[in-house]
Amino acid sequence: MELFQLTAHRLHGMLTKKEISASEITSEVFKRIDRVEEKVKSFITQTREHAEAAAANTDRKIAAGEKIGPLEGIPVAIKDNMCTEGILTSCASKILNKFVPPYTATAVDKVYAAGMALVGKTNMDEFAMGSSTENSGFFPTHNPWDLERVPGGSSGGSAAAVAAGEAIVALGSDTGGSIRQPASFCGVIGMKPTYGAVSRYGLVAYASSLDQIGPFTKDVTDMALMLNAICGHDPLDSTSANLKQSDYTKALVNDIKGLKIGVPKEYLAEGIDPQVKERILEAINKLTSLGAYVEETSMPHTDYAMPAYYLIATAEASSNLARYDGVGYGLRVEDAEDVIDMYMRSRSLGFGTEVKRRIMLGTYSLSAGYYDAYYLKALKVRTLIKQDFDRAFEKYDLLLSPTSPSTAFKIGEMVNDPVQMYLQDVCTIPVNLAGIPALSLPCGLVNNLPVGLQLMGKAFDEGTLLRAAYTLEQNTDYTRLWSEVKGVE
Amino acid sequence: MISKQDVEHVALLGRLELSDEEKELYTEQLNKILDAARALQTLDTSSVPPTAHVLPIQNVFREDKVGEHINLEEALANAPEREDNFFKVPKIV
Repeated sequence: MELFQLTAHRLHGMLTKKEISASEITSEVFKRIDRVEEKVKSFITQTREHAEAAAANTDRKIAAGEKIGPLEGIPVAIKDNMCTEGILTSCASKILNKFVPPYTATAVDKVYAAGMALVGKTNMDEFAMGSSTENSGFFPTHNPWDLERVPGGSSGGSAAAVAAGEAIVALGSDTGGSIRQPASFCGVIGMKPTYGAVSRYGLVAYASSLDQIGPFTKDVTDMALMLNAICGHDPLDSTSANLKQSDYTKALVNDIKGLKIGVPKEYLAEGIDPQVKERILEAINKLTSLGAYVEETSMPHTDYAMPAYYLIATAEASSNLARYDGVGYGLRVEDAEDVIDMYMRSRSLGFGTEVKRRIMLGTYSLSAGYYDAYYLKALKVRTLIKQDFDRAFEKYDLLLSPTSPSTAFKIGEMVNDPVQMYLQDVCTIPVNLAGIPALSLPCGLVNNLPVGLQLMGKAFDEGTLLRAAYTLEQNTDYTRLWSEVKGVE
Repeated sequence: MISKQDVEHVALLGRLELSDEEKELYTEQLNKILDAARALQTLDTSSVPPTAHVLPIQNVFREDKVGEHINLEEALANAPEREDNFFKVPKIV
């Protein structure tokens, strides 16, 4: 295996045994980037000097005999909606195409504090609005398994970077599935932690009551290490949960005997690709054979999650995106007649089609006369969806479903049909509405494209998710499948 | 049904200037999306409280002390236009 194919914990072992240096790891990852980036297009900005400086620092510590942390010197890619002081943070939007933040997001600060080497800022759907990374204001990203297909979205650049070996791990953000669906499409692991587990300070807001930062990794051990690095209370985010810091590696236990798992039948209903369903059923059999107790259950309000989500998320977005007015930062048109003219023309020039569509929908559902019928109704339905989960978790430790109804689709296949595109997120959206944690784990291939298995857990019970995923990983080849990535060779 | 006039009104509220093409496109697409959203009306929610936030949120207080802050030059560094220590905008009235 090449260095860029290894996991963070494996590389850490090699670093501490002085078999390799952190500078060599960074150099190998950039060689890989130089070789495949033209085809994959994961990055908006590469930060080679930053990575080399972090790696050199790790090497200095090792040479001096100092102890290094488990993620020190490990190359990481970060979605371009997390603020990085001194480094362009564009959100893949023309409206922020020159924005260099004066501060760093807490999650990124924690990644720096862990000694990780930032290799670049990754491509995404503009303002995290989309399921394919085709809505980037700059260029689409290609799926490393098949370059004619999308990597999923909105964190498509981060997922593709890990799958293609352009970074060892990555961070993304998930508002309705934007970590889990691209993880599924790219054959890596992606996790959305519980709402409030990771600080949102410095994450450019899309829908504040749903947004959550989380990692992409190639195996479950790396996932636990990344959660250790980024979770924790932050006084700078008033919705950050004030809980004791957990050590997630303690959840890496190869045992799920007696674990109770519910499979909501609504998630396996029509619309799911039959071959995807087959892989999911095989995974269920595997879990049963490993001692878990799996049975079908019902979450009766599942079908209402998609419309409720699109009303809530767009309402929050229309408010959050009001700040892009061309005054303090961001794109501004020349020769505006007055300030209103400046607002309107700057926003229209800077925002892409999907962003404008969502601002329009959100503004409409919040406007006088429609608020009760749409926005307030959606908030009440959110309660019903949350109650479905509360009831299910009285009976089960985990819930299981496909991450996406299909494998990666072709670039261009769905761009003209927003409703069809929105249906991509039907299995992932309810999780954000309920605020619970969930992860997507590869569980096999269909026509040489990866399928993702979604595990959903109780609020702040990331540990049980990790234990189930780890047990599956130890007893299958699921998390070794990504090394079959052939699209870029 | 949303009309083209509704779209124009909403665009003004959202401070967006749309081309004729965009107005046609959004009229059609918003109608499609809201059609899908009408499914929610079939649910009886008369006794259901709304959930704006999943966490039990309370006010977060801190001492009223001056903390760290970015300096003037950093704050103005991304300004499209500035004059002295101010953000400069076109005429307002």
